[in-house]
Amino acid sequence: MAITPQQVVFILLSVLTLGCGLMVVLSRNLFHSALWLVGSFFGVAALYGLLEAEFLAVAQILIYIGAIATLIVFATMLTRGMMLGRMKMSNFQSGISGVVAILLLGLLVLVLLQVSWPTEALPVPDDTIAMIGNAFVSAYVIPFEVVSVLLLVALVGAIMIARER
Amino acid sequence: MGQLLEIIKDPAQLGPWFHNLLLSLGLSAELASLVGDVIGVLLLLIMVLTSAIFLIWGERKIAARLQDRVGPNRAGPYGLLQTMADIVKLLTKEDVTPAGADRVSFNLAPALSVMQIIMVAAIIPIGAGVVAVGLNVGLLYFVAFSGLAAMGALMAGWSSNNKYALLGGFRVVAQLLSYEIPLIFTLLAVVLLSGTMNTNSLAEAQGVRYFGFIPGWYGLLMPFAFVIFFVAALAEGERAPFDLLEAESEIVAGFNIEYSGMKFAWFFLQFFVNSLILSALAATVFLGGWQGPFVDQIPVLGIVYFSIKTLLVLFALMWVRATYPRLRIDQMMGFCWKVLVPAALVTVLLAAVIWKLPVSENIRAVLLSGANIVALVATLGIIGAQLRKRVQRRQTATPAATVQV
Repeated sequence: MAITPQQVVFILLSVLTLGCGLMVVLSRNLFHSALWLVGSFFGVAALYGLLEAEFLAVAQILIYIGAIATLIVFATMLTRGMMLGRMKMSNFQSGISGVVAILLLGLLVLVLLQVSWPTEALPVPDDTIAMIGNAFVSAYVIPFEVVSVLLLVALVGAIMIARER
Repeated sequence: MGQLLEIIKDPAQLGPWFHNLLLSLGLSAELASLVGDVIGVLLLLIMVLTSAIFLIWGERKIAARLQDRVGPNRAGPYGLLQTMADIVKLLTKEDVTPAGADRVSFNLAPALSVMQIIMVAAIIPIGAGVVAVGLNVGLLYFVAFSGLAAMGALMAGWSSNNKYALLGGFRVVAQLLSYEIPLIFTLLAVVLLSGTMNTNSLAEAQGVRYFGFIPGWYGLLMPFAFVIFFVAALAEGERAPFDLLEAESEIVAGFNIEYSGMKFAWFFLQFFVNSLILSALAATVFLGGWQGPFVDQIPVLGIVYFSIKTLLVLFALMWVRATYPRLRIDQMMGFCWKVLVPAALVTVLLAAVIWKLPVSENIRAVLLSGANIVALVATLGIIGAQLRKRVQRRQTATPAATVQV
């Protein structure tokens, strides 16, 4: 079986994503971890791009890199010992998180084996973004509204906590 | 020869023509697209970088004239070669890395900044159909990649191991993220009207004429949104009165304080190209982009119209920068969250409601335009009244009362 250029790109992007993800946990500097996380997010965005899901790719960059990663970097810069660099890589919770990680892996493997994945690529519609927009206000209107309310509550709550009394 | 004339008349045909030329030379279709794409990327890169050279000269010259100075006038005619001289100087300067700096992020930050701005440039349609990437999610792409600017500045600020740089980095995040919100809302209002996020289709949609002669530019339909966009663009472009990121009197130079030589030049380049791209986007979204008389017959005119509009917006940006003093950081953030964000929400509401009214297109356009002007005047009135009240309070307050406050 010959490897198509698309597969080569996919493998490279996967290596980038997973490698960066690994470096997030292996890096001894909190700031570097945050930057590796950005690299990992980029890899995921590029994978979406490879699947011609341009809206998801751009949304990934906008939300995960533009907002979440920036916030994480911002928050880590405010923590103590930041400029010193060296951090301990584990703490007293490592046992519990190990168990959770193994359980999650088991779940993912189960899903991977149970679901019959489509192997034929479906044709990508031309204007996916209009379809996504229509789906939001027709078939998925209730989940969409629930998520909106949840975000609003989170926003109000964050302001209430941060407010000076 | 006739084909060449056709291409000069309609530059959008250049890409397909080049693709066919490569095919006739015996390249496979995939390889031909790859070569075409690589050349396209290089063209974009060269265009952005060379335009920056003249922009820097132009900005210095215009700012000088506005401030009753002469500006650069030694290197070349009218000082045209001043930027070249600056580049040579920056290239030959010593490349200093401060002690205790985080080397990798310190070196990566300028590259990330420039990469970000050139990626944003890819969606700007400079003529009818002349666009590097015709993305369906063009505007969202613009918003996503302009958000990366904060990341580059944050990296630079942290890795420099300098507290002024760090403060500058914090300010970048606060300012860019805050002012991005009104910017996005005004773009959202435009998307509501046009029903597309593709930048080229946006320009195309503004080709309609109301009452047969008034151009359907979104800047005319929604002057309030355009004003908000312009103010937010001033802040996003890190320009005075919002240049708190490099406020020399407070934090010396901001996040790029420790950079020297070519690495500093990259941040400088990002700054100037950022203004150019923001002006180009304003021209595309609010001033009709490449639309203008006779564009249908001779599409190459679109490039001329687009350039004129972009330069006009850019000139306005320079004008404001050369005229107004800097705000305080709390004033700046307050202005964004208390004035611009609610105002931008109002424009979105106006666009959403009025554009669905069951009346003819012409009346809708008049209503939207009128409502925008009313909202603009009302906002200015409220701000004015508040400021007057504040000034009066300060004048009547006794020193003892001020201490208590």
